[in-house]
Amino acid sequence: MHESCAASLFGLRNNVLTLRHTSFPSLALTAETVTCRRGGRLVFEGLSFSLGNGEAIALTGRNGAGKSSLIAMICGRLLPAEGSLRIDGAGDVPLPELIHLVGHRDGLKTALSAGENLAFAQGLLGEAAASPEEALTAVGLAHVAALPVGYLSAGQRRRVALARLLVSRRPLWLLDEPASALDASAQQMLIGLMQAHLVQGGAIIAATHGPLGLDGARELRIGL
Amino acid sequence: MRRAFFAILRRDLALATRAGGGGELALVFFLTLVVLVPFALGPDLNLLSRIGPAILWLGALLATLIGLDRLFQGDEEDGSLDLIRASVLPLELAVLAKGLAHWLTTGLPLALCAPLLGLLVALPAEAMLPVAATLLAGTPALSFIGATGAALTASLKRGGLIVPVLVAPLTVPVLIFGVSASNSALGGTIPFLTPFLILCALSLAAIVIGTIAAAAALRQAD
Repeated sequence: MHESCAASLFGLRNNVLTLRHTSFPSLALTAETVTCRRGGRLVFEGLSFSLGNGEAIALTGRNGAGKSSLIAMICGRLLPAEGSLRIDGAGDVPLPELIHLVGHRDGLKTALSAGENLAFAQGLLGEAAASPEEALTAVGLAHVAALPVGYLSAGQRRRVALARLLVSRRPLWLLDEPASALDASAQQMLIGLMQAHLVQGGAIIAATHGPLGLDGARELRIGL
Repeated sequence: MRRAFFAILRRDLALATRAGGGGELALVFFLTLVVLVPFALGPDLNLLSRIGPAILWLGALLATLIGLDRLFQGDEEDGSLDLIRASVLPLELAVLAKGLAHWLTTGLPLALCAPLLGLLVALPAEAMLPVAATLLAGTPALSFIGATGAALTASLKRGGLIVPVLVAPLTVPVLIFGVSASNSALGGTIPFLTPFLILCALSLAAIVIGTIAAAAALRQAD
C-alpha cells in the first residue's frame, strides 16, 4: 500500500515536474583524499570517491568510523583536515540549496504536529514540491497528520523525517541511518522513494549498517 | 530566504504557545517576583513606590533570563539546528529570527504587563507609561545578549543556570539606563529622553552584536 501511494505520488510529481524541469541539472560530487580529524583525533584519512546524477552510495563502517562526520563535511559543517571535497556542475547554486539532510536525529519538534513540522521544513528549504499532506500520504501517515509528533512512535517519527525529502526538491539526499526504527513495509517504502529520486537524476549518500536494498548502490566503506 | 526567515519565526511563535513553550512561564515568574517584594519590604508605601521601577526592571530581567537556556538547546537536541544550518538561510538571520520570536513571546508581554504589575508596587500613575516604554525599548537587548549566552551553552546537556550567570553581568548597562529613564518620570533633574535614547541604542547594538556573536558560537560548537 505504501509503495503504491509513493508510486502514485511520484507519478503525479513527475507529471508536474515535466512541465517545470524534467530532471535535476547535472551534478558531480568529488572527494579527493579527504582526511577527517575531530578534536585532534584522526577519524579517517585518504577517502576518495565521486558521485554523479542517478547514483547512490551506501556508506558503511563500524561505529565511530566517521560516517556522520563525512555527512557533516558534505553539508559544510566540518572542514576536511586534508584533501578536498567539491561539487561541480551546480553553477552558482550554493551548496545548501543542493542538499537534503535527514540526520540521525529526526529534526522534528515534538510539540508541533507532523503537518506543521513538514510545513516548517518546506518554508525553510524552499523549492516546494509535494505539499505536507501529499508527503505524509506518501509515507503512509496521512491519518496522524494533525497529531503532535510527541505522540508518534520512533518509526513513525522517522517516516515524518523522511517525508521531509518530498516537500522540497533538492538533488542530493544525505541520509544518516535512514532505515533506523523502520518496519519492513516502511523500509520498502524508503527504497521506493530513493529509487524514484535516482530515476529523476538525483543522487543519494546514505550511511547505513544494514543493507540499503537499493539496486545499483555502490558501497563505500570507511575505516578498516 | 525571506521565506525561511519567516518559517523559523512562525515555528518558534507556535512552539511558545504550546505546552512547555516557556512564554507564559516568564510572565508568571515576573508576577511572582513583583508580588513577593512588597512582603519582604514591609508596609512602607513611599519606599515601595520609590523603588518600584527598579523592582519591575529586575523582575523583567530575571524573568527573561530564566527561559533563555532553551533558546538553542531544544533545536540542538532534536537535530533541527542541523536542518537550519543546512538551509540557505545564513545562520545570523536564523539567530535573528529566533531572538525576535523570543522577544515577541517574552519581552513584549512583560512590557505590556508592567503597568498592571506597577499597581502592586504602588507605582505612581505618571510613571507607568515610562516604565512600560523603557521595558519595551530595553528587553530586546536582554533577548539578544542572552542569545549569545544561550548559543555558547547550546550543546551542554545541563546548562540550566549557566546562561543567567554568564549573561547577567552583560545586562548591567541595560538595567542602569532602563531604571534611570523610568525614575526620571518620578522627578529628578535628568530628562526622560537622555537615558531612554541610550537604552534604545543599547538595544540596537545588542541586536547586531548578539546576532553575530551567537551565530559564531553555534558554528564553533562542531
